[in-house]
Amino acid sequence: MAGIVGYGTHIPRQRIKVEEIAKVWGADAPSYKKGLMLREKSVPPPDMDTITLSVEAARRALIRAQNVDPKDIGAIYIGSESHPYAVKPSGTTVSEAIGATPDIHCVDFEFACKAGSEAMFVAMSHIDAGKMKYALAIGGDTSQGAPSDALEFSAAAGAAAFIMGNDNLVAECLYTHSYTTDMPDFWRREHEFYPQHGGRFTGEEAYFVHTKGATNAILEKSGMKPQDFKYAVFHQPNGKFPQRVALQMGFTQEQIDPGWLSPRLGNTYSGASPIGLTSTLDVAEPGDLILMCSYGSGAGSDSFIWKVTDRIKEVQDLTVKTATLLDENKVYIDYGTYAKYRHKIRKNA
Amino acid sequence: MSMFSARNWREYPQRYRGEASKFKKSGKTYYPPRKVDPETGDTESKLVKLPNTGKVVTYTVIRTAPAQWSDNAPYAIAIVDLEDGTRLMGQMADVDVDEVKIGMEVQVEFRRIQTEGHHGVLSYGHKFVPKWW
Amino acid sequence: MRTVCVVGIGMSTWGEVWRKSLRQLFVDAALESINNAGVDHIDSLYVGCMSSGLFVQQEHLSSLMADYLGMSGIPATRVESACASGGLAFRQAFIEVASGISDIVMASGVEKMTDCSGDDATAALATAADQEYEVFHGVTFPGLYAMIANAHMAKYGTTRKMLTAVSVKNHFNGSMNPVAQYPFKVKPETVENSVMVADPLHILDCSPITDGAAAVIVTTEEVAKKLGKPYIKVLGSGSATDTIQIAQRADMTTFKASTLATEQALKMADKTIKDIQFAEIHDCFTIAELVVLESIGKYAPGKAGPATLAGETALDGKFPVNTSGGLKSKGHPVGATGIAQIIEIYKQLTGQAENGRQIKSNPKIGMTQNMGGSGGSSVVHILEVV
Repeated sequence: MAGIVGYGTHIPRQRIKVEEIAKVWGADAPSYKKGLMLREKSVPPPDMDTITLSVEAARRALIRAQNVDPKDIGAIYIGSESHPYAVKPSGTTVSEAIGATPDIHCVDFEFACKAGSEAMFVAMSHIDAGKMKYALAIGGDTSQGAPSDALEFSAAAGAAAFIMGNDNLVAECLYTHSYTTDMPDFWRREHEFYPQHGGRFTGEEAYFVHTKGATNAILEKSGMKPQDFKYAVFHQPNGKFPQRVALQMGFTQEQIDPGWLSPRLGNTYSGASPIGLTSTLDVAEPGDLILMCSYGSGAGSDSFIWKVTDRIKEVQDLTVKTATLLDENKVYIDYGTYAKYRHKIRKNA
Repeated sequence: MSMFSARNWREYPQRYRGEASKFKKSGKTYYPPRKVDPETGDTESKLVKLPNTGKVVTYTVIRTAPAQWSDNAPYAIAIVDLEDGTRLMGQMADVDVDEVKIGMEVQVEFRRIQTEGHHGVLSYGHKFVPKWW
Repeated sequence: MRTVCVVGIGMSTWGEVWRKSLRQLFVDAALESINNAGVDHIDSLYVGCMSSGLFVQQEHLSSLMADYLGMSGIPATRVESACASGGLAFRQAFIEVASGISDIVMASGVEKMTDCSGDDATAALATAADQEYEVFHGVTFPGLYAMIANAHMAKYGTTRKMLTAVSVKNHFNGSMNPVAQYPFKVKPETVENSVMVADPLHILDCSPITDGAAAVIVTTEEVAKKLGKPYIKVLGSGSATDTIQIAQRADMTTFKASTLATEQALKMADKTIKDIQFAEIHDCFTIAELVVLESIGKYAPGKAGPATLAGETALDGKFPVNTSGGLKSKGHPVGATGIAQIIEIYKQLTGQAENGRQIKSNPKIGMTQNMGGSGGSSVVHILEVV
């Protein structure tokens, strides 16, 4: 089956702490930190958006793909709920920037937080169908939570890119499964700046039903058990949900640790489980099995079972690792700077 | 409204992919690409892709910024010699402006350069960030 | 080639001239130069102007200015080379008279810069830099010269105090110039504590935004003699170009166009730089004066700063520079600057510099150096009193 030939990530260096946001809105920081299991989140500066994050992630994926001619990439799919244009694709800019135009199929995907895994799913389908040599899938976001909303503590920025192919894989995709229902747990209407959500309705019936649905189905399909996996990566809208679903389903803390980034990254939406996967690949060994399960409100989950190949050891150090982007070179900003960066201050036009 | 979109689009190969012209006779590379080598008059060249690391040769910190960037001031602008000797200008990003120095090692990153008001096109290109990994 | 002379001068009010339009500023200066020369007509007109289209949405200045001067019908030409437009207009007038095509030509320059917002003025001035590869990245004109300054400081050890000395000197000279926009002295600490615009340049390292016009009458020696007014001779004229992108220059710490233009002018004049006794230099920023003094060969690279600090370029120094106050104090209506430089040389050579600004040694040969953009063009003239 198809799999990952190269992968790459980009995360802004700017962070804001939960305390800094809580201070402004009179919220109780300790209870937010405990409730969301979240310490800080990444913030994109004004010169970063889903397109720039995607370009950098894609360039790093190309480095790890080694010797892939961008002209051999037959499709590019970027999953995001924060495409910089409402009309005009992000993918065309990324295609130009990596030199993959003009013989390429390009579409932007949107499906709340699972648009990135959708892109991965569709990209691999082309490979499996034998329609092209390589396909590029990216999940990335620079999402906004409304000021003082619980989402403001978590909405973060980052992107992960995967070059999918058939040969020279670093991880083969053994199984996929998608689980979808119509679920009004979170949405953003056309022309609205901030999303709306159903509060506690986003939990049990939404996140947990779908992630468990997709995971149970893929375990059944594959005949595998949680213990068979070295690692597991779940969508991470906060720190708590992925940990809870993992433990409830019989996975251990050790299995989720390398890809459980939200406590120090926030929720990168379409980038969340894809970035978690890159971080896990960064530490994986040949033969490791990795379970990945995304979640997007609206709602659906895509699950994947990856088998890491020998080639992983050749590529892990070819470019910057996800944990390095997360833990080094950070700079903390105050709420005023954050509000300016995120265009939350009303100015004269 | 000016046709900024067309003007910017025309420059994509240089701005997005760092394409430059390398001349046969002198072996020198120019960014943006040119048809004629200013030193030798040579018109035989090929397009090459610029390397993405280099060193700051001079810089300034813009404190009084043009309207387009007034929200971003202060910001640093540098002239950088890339590894292959090609020299180009760009904004510095991800840096405390007071830490920019001549000789600083930088890498090229793809960033948003301009936003044409609330309704216009977004333009992208290179910025320099301090090399840190 | 005929000998060419400057015989009459005129300047409008310089500064934020709210009561005068572009054409009124021009007419004020032009009429004054005609009256000053005592000519009854001109054969042709050159108008140096950088960007009336962006500043006041007016192009086609050649005909408009000839008309409002009451001379509609004469040949008129608008000349543009960014901040060197005035100097280049003068050169065109010089060529026209030298060639024998015309006997009496007006060389003028004008810029009306305050009829637009500060942001729009900044954007208009920025058109003298490379739009796609400099301005696109957010650089400003102070920023370009600041990068030159940092490179010069790193290479030659030029210091903050040397830049300050340029500003203090030019403001001192300008304090005696009745047409100066900012005719006041500044203390070194005032310069160094003024607001930072683009590191290392403070606001008092920068020339201001100015409305103004200047005009001179260029003619043959025969006509000049007949008019019976003081006149000076144009010994040499030079004009040259360089890349407008500073990143594309082999050496960012020198202005190649100024070197080449000076060499041409000196060759035509059959002089060396040692023969030049004083100069008006394009000090759009303090660093520019130092780099130009080195580029024209007056000082070795890195030596103009120490010389300025030592007072060599002061009014009573060995080589007075910018006795008018320079662009810094006198003001910088970009298209008019090159003409105003000629006017200052004329005043000094004919002993007419006001308020104690006259160079005591009564020099015989002076030079103007006018520059476009960040040094992408330069025009040099060498003038001698008869």
